[in-house]
Amino acid sequence: MLSYILRRLLGVIPVMVVVGVFVFSLLHLAPGDPAAIIAGDNATEANIARIRASLGLDRPLLEQFGKWAWATVHGDLGVSMFSNVPVTELVQQRMGPTFSLAFTTMAVAVVLAVTLGVLAAWKAGSLLDRAVMGLAVTGFSVPVFVVGYIMVYFIALKWRWLPVQGYTPMSEGLWPWLRHLILPSFALGLAYVALIARITRASMLEVLAEDYIRTASAKGVATLPMLLRHALKNAAVPIITVVGIGVALLISGVVITESVFNIPGIGRLVVDAISRRDYPIIQGVMIIFAAIYVLINLVIDISYSFIDPRIRYS
Amino acid sequence: MSDRGKIGDFIRRNPTIVVGATLLVLITLAALLAPYIARDPIAFEPINRLRGPSADFWLGTDSLGRDVYARMIYGARISLLVGLLVALISIISGAVIGLLAGYFSKVDAVVMRLMDGIMAIPSILLAIALVALLGSSVKVVIIAIAIPEIPRVTRLVRAVVLSVRDLPFVEAARSNGTRVTKLLRRHILPSTVAPLIVQATYICASAILTEAGLSFLGAGTPPEFPTWGNMIASSRLYLQIAPWTIFAPGICLALVVLAVNLLGDGLRDRLDPRISRRM
Repeated sequence: MLSYILRRLLGVIPVMVVVGVFVFSLLHLAPGDPAAIIAGDNATEANIARIRASLGLDRPLLEQFGKWAWATVHGDLGVSMFSNVPVTELVQQRMGPTFSLAFTTMAVAVVLAVTLGVLAAWKAGSLLDRAVMGLAVTGFSVPVFVVGYIMVYFIALKWRWLPVQGYTPMSEGLWPWLRHLILPSFALGLAYVALIARITRASMLEVLAEDYIRTASAKGVATLPMLLRHALKNAAVPIITVVGIGVALLISGVVITESVFNIPGIGRLVVDAISRRDYPIIQGVMIIFAAIYVLINLVIDISYSFIDPRIRYS
Repeated sequence: MSDRGKIGDFIRRNPTIVVGATLLVLITLAALLAPYIARDPIAFEPINRLRGPSADFWLGTDSLGRDVYARMIYGARISLLVGLLVALISIISGAVIGLLAGYFSKVDAVVMRLMDGIMAIPSILLAIALVALLGSSVKVVIIAIAIPEIPRVTRLVRAVVLSVRDLPFVEAARSNGTRVTKLLRRHILPSTVAPLIVQATYICASAILTEAGLSFLGAGTPPEFPTWGNMIASSRLYLQIAPWTIFAPGICLALVVLAVNLLGDGLRDRLDPRISRRM
């Protein structure tokens, strides 16, 4: 077990190396002078020269990559061209809202999707099942900004139940924090609910057809314990896998959702960087999010053996 | 059985394919016939800004006094074009890479590590980075959306190749001295066609969503093009007073993606019940 975890941890290295090489070469393969791209549209000739020298862009490519990789590994992701603040510092300032949103979305989506998926599988073929599956296809098709604006229009603007936009940190109270996150979490969660509910239903259907479930219900196990303890537990692995795959969906969604609801998170940082052509920020956030994605999937891979003792690693 | 009976039977058995395909045909027709069924999507009349739906402007006007209905119809052009081209580019490149990786184990290890790395980068950020570096144009947007899809196609094709590579019919062709290129094309490629068709529909759907998302963020199709994402982005400040400017393109977007997804689900159930969605 320990050697498996160790092996998986080491397996992260080549993936992150590829991410690094890929991200690095994006800037250098793009037509034009990397220093001019980093400096932005309104840069003076002197500015460009300064950036070229300070980033070592006049050195051989391999040396540049070595330097850049060394700095990146040590947590130096460069400096924003707009504000002159290190990218890591900017990201740290924006982390709270983004992780809050990701967390509440994940919570809403998993609870809602697993409940719906279990119910749909239990009553397979019923009206409820069809409704859940209909919701799943629709959830995949409606983009988060469309759901978001429809929700804002009715729930926030028309009925005034929840705030239209913005973010309040948790330090100012749990309810103010949560109130601002309800609409964004549901808007962003919809696609995620669709993804997880489908897999939950499929996986549960498979498990519910097994002999031991028939035995359990024959000996009189009540419905709820049978569904949850006997069936869901054994249907968990595909569900957890898809939760991991969905993290990619979630990250992309966060960027858009923060723009819809005006949440000052990492997504907004990136979007503001687009119009300012602040490339170091985009590059840094790309690496950070890739690392988060890889780590979450690593944790999920390792968690399989705890959830399902049938999975053994040699 | 009569022809009519056959058609009725097909509709009954594949309702999702029929509904999805019908919707898509209608939307494609509207996009192609745009100049005949809608007025100029770019012309603006400041006097008529933010007018509600009327006999003159079926879906009202936006903040510059442009016809929302016309822009909505023209918007379908970019969405369909992006969806189609992204699906084509990523399927073709993914299939070639996947065939090689699956067949030649030396290529495999390197290529799959590369693909794992690309998959780890969130696709919308990669697209934003490419647009920031290369400037925004429809071409850049298509390439930017297609690149992150390639690893998924590669994995799918590779898995199929691995499962048929050592089957007797391939073995027989190989021992007959069939050249590798012909072997891959004639004997292995056909097994990948069914899952690839299904995958193509899902890629098309997600490409349409991503293009709209990028345009919405200001990192997609240049703002002068009438696309659904651009329409929503330019109208976001007027949600309260002119909700039609956002709901019309939003509902169109959802309908197109829904149609493609329904078609994909139907094709999947018909062609290959084993492949599950987006894995």
